[in-house]
Amino acid sequence: MAAIEMRNIVKKYGDGFPAVNDVSIDVEDGEFMILVGPSGCGKSTLLRMIVGLEDITSGDMVIGGKRVNALAPRDRNLAMVFQNYALYPHLSVFENIAFPLRLAGRPESEVESKVRDASKTLELDEHLQRKPGNLSGGQRQRVAMGRAIVRDADAFLFDEPLSNLDAKLRGQMRTEIARLQKRLGITTVYVTHDQTEAMTLGDRVAVLRRGVLQQLATPRELYTQPVNLFVAGFIGSPPMNFLPAQVNGDQLELPFGSVTLPKDKAAKAEGRGVIIAGIRPEHFNDAAVLDAQTKAKGATFTAHVDVVEWLGHEAYAYVPFEASPDVADQLAELERDLDGESIRTQLVIGLDANSTIAKGEDAEIWVDSSEVHLFDPATGENLTLST
Amino acid sequence: MRKNWLGTWVGFVLIMAWCLLPVVWIVSLSFKSAAETTAGSPQFFPKAWTTQNYKDIIDNPDFTRALLNSAGIALSATFLSVVLATLAAYAIARLDFRGKRAVLSLALAIAMFPVVSLVGPLFDMWRTFHLFNTWPGLVIPYMSFTLPLSIWTLSAFFREIPWEMEQAAQVDGATAWQAFRKVIVPLAAPGVFTAAILTFFFAWNEFVLAISLTSTTASRTVPAQMAYFVGADQFNPPYSQLATASVVVTVPVVILVLLFQRKIVAGLTSGAVKG
Repeated sequence: MAAIEMRNIVKKYGDGFPAVNDVSIDVEDGEFMILVGPSGCGKSTLLRMIVGLEDITSGDMVIGGKRVNALAPRDRNLAMVFQNYALYPHLSVFENIAFPLRLAGRPESEVESKVRDASKTLELDEHLQRKPGNLSGGQRQRVAMGRAIVRDADAFLFDEPLSNLDAKLRGQMRTEIARLQKRLGITTVYVTHDQTEAMTLGDRVAVLRRGVLQQLATPRELYTQPVNLFVAGFIGSPPMNFLPAQVNGDQLELPFGSVTLPKDKAAKAEGRGVIIAGIRPEHFNDAAVLDAQTKAKGATFTAHVDVVEWLGHEAYAYVPFEASPDVADQLAELERDLDGESIRTQLVIGLDANSTIAKGEDAEIWVDSSEVHLFDPATGENLTLST
Repeated sequence: MRKNWLGTWVGFVLIMAWCLLPVVWIVSLSFKSAAETTAGSPQFFPKAWTTQNYKDIIDNPDFTRALLNSAGIALSATFLSVVLATLAAYAIARLDFRGKRAVLSLALAIAMFPVVSLVGPLFDMWRTFHLFNTWPGLVIPYMSFTLPLSIWTLSAFFREIPWEMEQAAQVDGATAWQAFRKVIVPLAAPGVFTAAILTFFFAWNEFVLAISLTSTTASRTVPAQMAYFVGADQFNPPYSQLATASVVVTVPVVILVLLFQRKIVAGLTSGAVKG
């Protein structure tokens, strides 16, 4: 086991385009680190640089205190699970798992016992003599993990391991990976584009965008204290609402009306002209279902509800609005970065499941003004971070 | 439905008859006595079945020697061609180097070159190099002429193999050579067998070079040797002997195809990655 330190890692391809640009991440010994971001953000490239399948243009890759930039993959003692598993189709499950041990020239008895251990852990015992072609997606996934765990590697690297599985299996394998990692206590770097996986699995999460590290923090911090528009929009489902806004004194002017902001937040954004307000769906609610005390903590406004989706434990209301052209551009660019397709000119409001708001109604909506984030429309920077 | 079924069978029988009639004719000839084949209008099947032709041909030292030459030369050419083509095709499929396109185009150009035009120059060269009428004298040109096709076939196969296979092997601790030998070559086996069979066919059946670059039974192959099967006089060619030699020379090829057919299993890589 070992810590992985990435210092100012840069990866430039032949055309000079930096796929990964000056990224520094410290993965502590035994930590579960997630690299997350939309497609093309450089997360897989970064992982492949850790394992040695991709050259590092500049910067230092230090594993277990040793600089490994120039080492071949086989000399780095890392285990990797590929997105499409990369099992050897001509070998049985047993031989697939035993492959790294055979290459290392371990004695037969050791190979046998280690493979049996791994197959027991991963419940592959009855499949050991089968070929990968006859296995289901989840079983192949487990074989790929088996091949990784027999090695006593310094770290595990996962490259979007669950993206080929169906939704139900993905959930099961996710908890399986989390359990395995906690039990083995091995340093893990896990690449995904799925923010749910990032939030549930990671001790810490590194959010990347266009090869640049945006924020490196615990899942909770990412959610409550996003450093910029990109992180705020990427983390959370349904995503955070972004609205054009203006601060006058302690009043935040939204397309639907004014909301009173806490003093410190208002002060940070005062006099900046048009800014972007970010409010998560769950920080809205139907004013009718709240008690007076909660209601007093925020502000209410009236909005025309277009559509309501009732999900049982909660409901979502959709309120269309017109974005002013100066923020519309910024929001459209953000949408492209997030691989989105919809033009986000609607407000998503989380409602209590008891709410009786119906589609097409004008409803009184409550917003928790203490949870509002304010972003600079030019740089996307979060103005209201509590330091 | 019934009509379709009937149509399929009629078509099937027609095509089979078209393809197999000459083969059956040769086989039937090989079981006829010499007297029968020289008769004015021989019937399709022998009147009296005889295995005398086979006995004669096995007892003919020139023919058995030619068979040995054929086997030796064809197998050597196949082995060398496949080994070289495997390495070359792997490099072409995996590596990015200058002149890659040139190599491929050149290989194709060689394949298109008419063999006959090389007979003269090769004849002179081989005499100078003392390769005339030797096994290497035939192995070398056979190898050169089959390499392009093998390289093209194999590089197509290598390209089909997901690169992750190799990277996974390298991460698992394999050297580039180990990854190639333990993962890539087994996966490309169908391609290797295909290339091997095609090369073997070419070398086994080749006639022009075989007759031009040999002078004695020291290196003459069966197709060339058969040209020396002349009867008592030019008006009585030994049809039954020729037919028998043809059958004997075809049998190994048929056996080879049947053997390797099982190896050429489509979709050997299935299950390697998510389909």
